[in-house]
Amino acid sequence: MLKNSLINLNRRVAAAVLLASALAPAAWADQTIDPAQSEVTFVAKQLGVPLDGAFKRYSVQMAFDPKKPADSRVALQIDLGSVAVNVDADRELRQPAWFNTAGFPKATFQSTTVKAVSRDHFNVTGKLSIKGQVRDVTIPVQMAQLNGVTVAQGAFTLKRLDFKVGEGDWADTSVVANDVQVRFKLVIKGVPAL
Amino acid sequence: MATSTASRYSGLAIVLHWVLAVAIIGAFAVGVYQDELPLSPTRIKLINWHKWTGVTILALSVLRLIWRVTHRPPALPKSIEQAMPAWQRVAYHGTHHLMYLLFFAVPLVGWAYSSAHGYPIVLFGVLPLPDLVAPNPALAEAIKPWHGLLAFGLMGLVALHVAAALKHQFIDRDGLLDRMRPGR
Repeated sequence: MLKNSLINLNRRVAAAVLLASALAPAAWADQTIDPAQSEVTFVAKQLGVPLDGAFKRYSVQMAFDPKKPADSRVALQIDLGSVAVNVDADRELRQPAWFNTAGFPKATFQSTTVKAVSRDHFNVTGKLSIKGQVRDVTIPVQMAQLNGVTVAQGAFTLKRLDFKVGEGDWADTSVVANDVQVRFKLVIKGVPAL
Repeated sequence: MATSTASRYSGLAIVLHWVLAVAIIGAFAVGVYQDELPLSPTRIKLINWHKWTGVTILALSVLRLIWRVTHRPPALPKSIEQAMPAWQRVAYHGTHHLMYLLFFAVPLVGWAYSSAHGYPIVLFGVLPLPDLVAPNPALAEAIKPWHGLLAFGLMGLVALHVAAALKHQFIDRDGLLDRMRPGR
C-alpha cells in the first residue's frame, strides 16, 4: 500500500517535471554548441608580449531565451588540461603553481542572472570558479542569428591572481601581467529568435 | 709609433664600436646563460632583455653601416700594411666583412625564431615589432640552431679580432689600437 502510493507519487513528480520542462522557455538539452566552430581563447601578457591561448575542450549547457532573460541560464565547464598556447607553456600551465590541473581539472561558470541590455546584447552575471577560487563576474554577450544558428560572442578581463593562477615566483605581475583577457565565440543551435 | 688625429676613426665610429662591443658580448653571454635555465620569471626577463638588446644591436648596426659607407675609415698606416703578410691582409678584410654580415644575420635570425615560436617582440616592453615570419612550431625548431651557430661564429670572429688587436698592441707595439681608442 505504502509502496504503491510512493510509486504513484513518483509518477506524479515525474509528470510534473515533464510538464514543467515542456513549459520552460528552453530545456537544457535543446541548446547545443557546435564545438568545431566555437572557441574559448585568452590573451596573457609577458613583459608586454601578448600570448594567445585557447581551451580545446569544454562543455556548455544553456537554456537561453532572449525574450525571457530572467529565466535564462548558462553553465560552462572548461577542461584546463586542454590549454593550448605552445608546447612549453602548456606543460608549465598544468603545474601546481598555475592551473594545478591534477587538483582542479576544470574551471566552471554558472550564471546567476541574465539581463538584456538591448535586443541582441546581454549581461550574464555568474560565479566563475578556477582552482577552487570563486568570483562573481559579469560577461557582456553579443548575439547574432542566421538560419537558426546563434553566435554568442564576448570578452572580459579577469585578474589571474584572484584565482591563484601563477603562485610563488610567478605571482610577479611585472613579468606575467595580472590581467588576462578571456574571449569566446559560441555557435549554438536551438536558441529562440532574438 | 704615434698616430695622428687624421689616422683615427671618427668619433661616432669609435662610440659605435665600443657600445656595440659591450652589447654584443653581453647579449651573447645572456643568450648562452638563459638557455640552460629552467622556465622562471628570471628566465623570461633575461630572454626579453636579450631580445631588446638584439634589436638595439641591429638598429645600431644599420647606423654603423651607413656611417661606415659614408665615412671612409682611416687606411692602415703604410708601415703596418707593408709589415703584414698577404694572408694577414686577407684575414683582416675577411674578418671585418664577416663580422658586419653577422651583426645583421644573428639578430635577424633570432627575431625570426621568436616570431616563428609565437612570441612577437615588444621592444622594451612597450613597442610591438612586426613578426618576421608567421608563427610555426616546425619552422621555429628549424631556425633555432642557426641563431646559436651564427652567434658562436660571430664570437669566434670577435676573439680573432681581439687577438689580432692585442698582437698589434703588445707584440708588434705599433700603436694600431690608438685609432679606435676612446677619448682624446
